[in-house]
Amino acid sequence: MDIDPEDVFGDEDDPENEFYQEDQKCVSHFEAAINSISVSLKTQIINRSYDEVAICFFNTKEKKNLQDLIGVYVFNVPEREDLDRPTARLIKEFDRLQESFSKQIGSKYGILPGTRDNSLYNALWAAQALLRKGSTKTADKRILLFTNEDDPFGDMKGVTKLDLMRTTIQRAKDAQDLGISIELLPLSKPDDDFNVSTFYADLLGLEGNDLAEFKALAAERFEDIKDQLRKRMFRKRKVRRINFIIPGGKSIELNTYAVVRPTNPGNITWLDSAERSFFCSDTGALLQDPPKYFQTYKSENIMFTANEVSDIKRVSTGHLRLLGFKPLSCLKDYHNLRPSTFVFPSDEEVVGSTCIFIALHRSMLRLKRFAVAFYGNSTHPQLVALIAQDEIMSPSGQIEPPGMHMIYLPYSDDIRPIEEFHTDTNLAPRASEDQIKSASSLLKRIDLKNFSVCQFANPALQKHYAVLQALALDEDEIPDVKDETLPDEEGLARPGVVKALEELKICVYGENFKQEDDDTMGSQKTSETSNKRKALKELTVSELKHYLNVHNQPVGGKKEALISRILTHMGK
Amino acid sequence: MRGVSHCKVTVGVKEESLVLLIEVGPSMHGVLPEVEKVCCLLAEKKLIYGKYDEVGVVAFGTADTKNDLTVEVGGYENVTVLRDIKVVDGALVDVLHQLPRGSACGDFLDAVVVGMDMMIKKYKETNKGKKRLCLITNAVTPTRLPYEGTKEDQVKTVAAQMMAHGMKMDCVVVRAQKDWDVDKKIVEENDFLLGLLSHKSSSKVYVGNATSLLGALRTRNITPVTTYRGEFELSSIMKIKVWVYKKTCEEKFPTLKKYSDKAPPTDKFASHEIKVDYEYRSIGDPNRVVPPEQRIKGYRYGPQVVPISSAEWEAVKFKPEKGLKLLGFTDASNIMRHYYMKDVNLFIAEPGNTKAILAISALARAMKEMNKVAIVRCVWRQGQTNVVIGVLTPNVSANDNVPDSFYFNVLPFAEDVREFQFPSFSNLPSSMQPNEQQQEAADKLVQMLDLAPADREEVLPPDLTPNPALELRSKDPSANIPQIDETLKRITEPNPELLHQNTAVIEEFCRSFELKENPKLKKSSRRIREKPTGSSEEGEGVAAAGQAMDAAEYTSQVKVEQLGDSNTVQEFEAMMSRRDSPDWVRKAFQSMKDKIYSLVEDSVEGDTYQKILECLVALRRGCICKQEPEQFNDFLRHLNKFCHERHLDSLSDFLASNNVMLISKSEEPESNVPDTEARVLPLKNEP
Repeated sequence: MDIDPEDVFGDEDDPENEFYQEDQKCVSHFEAAINSISVSLKTQIINRSYDEVAICFFNTKEKKNLQDLIGVYVFNVPEREDLDRPTARLIKEFDRLQESFSKQIGSKYGILPGTRDNSLYNALWAAQALLRKGSTKTADKRILLFTNEDDPFGDMKGVTKLDLMRTTIQRAKDAQDLGISIELLPLSKPDDDFNVSTFYADLLGLEGNDLAEFKALAAERFEDIKDQLRKRMFRKRKVRRINFIIPGGKSIELNTYAVVRPTNPGNITWLDSAERSFFCSDTGALLQDPPKYFQTYKSENIMFTANEVSDIKRVSTGHLRLLGFKPLSCLKDYHNLRPSTFVFPSDEEVVGSTCIFIALHRSMLRLKRFAVAFYGNSTHPQLVALIAQDEIMSPSGQIEPPGMHMIYLPYSDDIRPIEEFHTDTNLAPRASEDQIKSASSLLKRIDLKNFSVCQFANPALQKHYAVLQALALDEDEIPDVKDETLPDEEGLARPGVVKALEELKICVYGENFKQEDDDTMGSQKTSETSNKRKALKELTVSELKHYLNVHNQPVGGKKEALISRILTHMGK
Repeated sequence: MRGVSHCKVTVGVKEESLVLLIEVGPSMHGVLPEVEKVCCLLAEKKLIYGKYDEVGVVAFGTADTKNDLTVEVGGYENVTVLRDIKVVDGALVDVLHQLPRGSACGDFLDAVVVGMDMMIKKYKETNKGKKRLCLITNAVTPTRLPYEGTKEDQVKTVAAQMMAHGMKMDCVVVRAQKDWDVDKKIVEENDFLLGLLSHKSSSKVYVGNATSLLGALRTRNITPVTTYRGEFELSSIMKIKVWVYKKTCEEKFPTLKKYSDKAPPTDKFASHEIKVDYEYRSIGDPNRVVPPEQRIKGYRYGPQVVPISSAEWEAVKFKPEKGLKLLGFTDASNIMRHYYMKDVNLFIAEPGNTKAILAISALARAMKEMNKVAIVRCVWRQGQTNVVIGVLTPNVSANDNVPDSFYFNVLPFAEDVREFQFPSFSNLPSSMQPNEQQQEAADKLVQMLDLAPADREEVLPPDLTPNPALELRSKDPSANIPQIDETLKRITEPNPELLHQNTAVIEEFCRSFELKENPKLKKSSRRIREKPTGSSEEGEGVAAAGQAMDAAEYTSQVKVEQLGDSNTVQEFEAMMSRRDSPDWVRKAFQSMKDKIYSLVEDSVEGDTYQKILECLVALRRGCICKQEPEQFNDFLRHLNKFCHERHLDSLSDFLASNNVMLISKSEEPESNVPDTEARVLPLKNEP
């Protein structure tokens, strides 16, 4: 796995305070809410593990909260503050909560006439108190309210009802004024839709269009919580600020962003300490000082100190210098080395940068040209192609942001003339018109119409997360992860596709060609030795060396050599 | 007998042997300085990358004749062997540094035959595939008629011989744009002959400028290794045998070795290398040493670390089956260029397997026609713990001898794409939108600053552009800071010729747009410029000063904390006179030095020199005033060196002519510089 140095600060440290509240009444709803929270917690601990969470039930028999309010129970586990990052233990105990809930916390029917206990009011108060931690400037504070009761004050009458409603709505408004947003996740009964307008629209301050929109999306949002992909989230953060120097002396300000980078399974923490020591290979003496470096040149050793080494690496100044423009057709598919970097203009220091950038961006799009620039990045001074990308919008939001993508171009030293490597003296076989035609009809058959890059989750990574979760939570079974990257066997077995494939095969390979021919021949020939050789290949080099060591054989050479040596030794 | 000691037995070695065939006749004289430079670089690179490679040099078009063939069979005049094939050394660089200027017309065919003869005599049948001839010529002079048969026959025989001996040949044909009085016929015939030669197992490139010449010379021949050999499964019904190679791969400078000085100086055979030893100890029991294979990995799960032993991991990890599977085809426009993730692979049909070659050819050509690409799932090796999703794009070959193939680029997974939102350009305030006239100026710039004009060759094509950093570093490692020469400057800076042609367009563009520093921006939050001396200690100093300043802000009004661009000198003086912390003087000096460095770096044609002068004078005054003369003296010396490295000697001269000199003892008693030497330094460039 590559580790991208630009992501050193990738870990989130801005807590987003989420808040779960629950109204417990109907068992099935309660289970649904608990399950969705549990799933959501498991995703969150991987996606945004620095976010903080508190879970608080209301309409409970028992009470547990700092203000000692009736009907509110803040759920927590030891070694954790009420509002804190989720831990494995929290998730584990929360999963077990369903069994012990009635004993430990218990439920009580909501707001009863005759008492002036307003548990919803209390819950909002408790939540607001929990969210006091941290500033709204750095954190996004949210209360997620799960309930199936659209009319919490339905049993009340007259002035008391109005009074209670008013104070509750005021409470919610206070919280919102403090920068806390309240989101409602209604659980509707099958026969009786959750009516937001009854009470909650006022509490959330929804009106007109917002209200209609909310109704349409309510169910979806609940599903969304459950079906989130486990994917580490990164905050939008510029990687570097660079100067883009245009001939004639104009220098504009650009910010670079890492928009596409391979995700690795996270940092490995070795659970044992490592000690590194340097020995002189001539004398065996233990060395203390940070060593000097050397290189042999014209059979002399040339020495470098660590500082000199870094000096040499620095060829350029960190600026992006425009060299000129080329038509897009000059950018070949093999002109690539690393993931691209996104650049977007900024007027923060140099006013007018954005204007120049937009003008160039438009010209480049219209003229179908890309810019060639020299990027004097200190570690990788490189020629880059800047490709203008127009904004692409969909109803659900921005798909491609407007800006330019910086593509790192290879140098001639980096490109290998592989095609020439196997050049034959004869003319290379070329497909005939017929063959191309039958290939074309296959292309039409197996067409991925709406393919979008990154529609697949990385199966290895998802498996890793699943294993990690199972081990952390002591789950007995490791959940199966579906590998979305496998070909669509069903689709490939459709008669049309099969026919097109058979046709191409006959057209190119001829009537009597059998794919397996050479394979079966080979397997008959496989002698005992080659079976053994295969088995040995499975072993690691250190395992092979171990065998050789035990049998007093030399341990030098490549793996191939080691295997041969073992086979000869075994043959004796 | 030094020569003999170099002639080690070459059977089975990996090292390449190369004979350079360089035309030095009168028509080449114009480009020979470039050729010399390029060949020296080649030799220098070989000294680092391929210490055991063997190189011979033949010049043709020389007045003299010196080769074995002329003695043995006669003929082959005007071909001089400058160096027999032997292991690269310093002498090779010396030979190439000063190529003879010949007076005769060069016959490249003669030279090729002489080169081949050298190879055959030296290696006989051995070293197949590791032998390479590199012909550098402009091929404008006629070749001699052979004694029997036609030229064409002769060339064919030569090519067959080359093939039989496993030799390859690279032709670099140097043709400048303005090729004047050349005989078209001869050129055509020569190109035809060269085409025949390079038809087989060789390559031919035409280059028009020195930068491309540098890129075209293949300095290192890597024997490619396949990433995968096996089946490419369209479905269970049809499979194609393919080999996969790396097409691009970032070339790195060889890593420096750690040096040990423990060996006695008398020991001539000391390796001076350092071995690194690791020892792992269990955290629970620090006395217990853990063998490397028993170390336990831990991964973060929320705030905790979950340990996973390798055995456990082995049992549950993702284990896909080796193989390449087609997922389907899609429109090329669905895959945007910026989603390519890594270096590129090449898919070729199994060499020699006609049916596989045909199948790949049919698919590639169909895809090209329909503008489609293929999405594939790859597991290169058995035991690989991840899969790769990528896109195949057709590479339809223009050369009749080269089979069609595919380029393969890795695509990102859902987890790899970060959905950052950016404002639409249309939603930005109108002050940020270009007006019609500005747009027109931009259009003109994009069109005219053209690196790939239709009527001329493409400038800086990646395939012919060498890596300036690699070139620089292989130049001579003992010269600490590398020097950028004109050829390489064409890569890092815009071509002055191109700029000159388009002066009007560029000026129009600059006039159309206005840039100014943001006045609202607080000085303190302005970015600290990259420091050329870049030690971490300074960085901390600035950060610490920043904190101290926060505290100070409560007590006083705005004070100068950073040096800006407009009133640098005044701000420098204000900063020096601050009394709220003793650090300010040091910080003022440092900021001023950084400022000067950045002015030097930003200077174009000396436009910042006047400003640099003002700043230096202010710094000098400050250093005398604070009795820190050595601060200034060291800085000036360093600056001088810095300028020299960046070919800015004009700045040193400018400063000297304006009487900027070291602070001498008489000016400030703390100085170590005697009066007599104060003036001397700025003119003399110390190493």
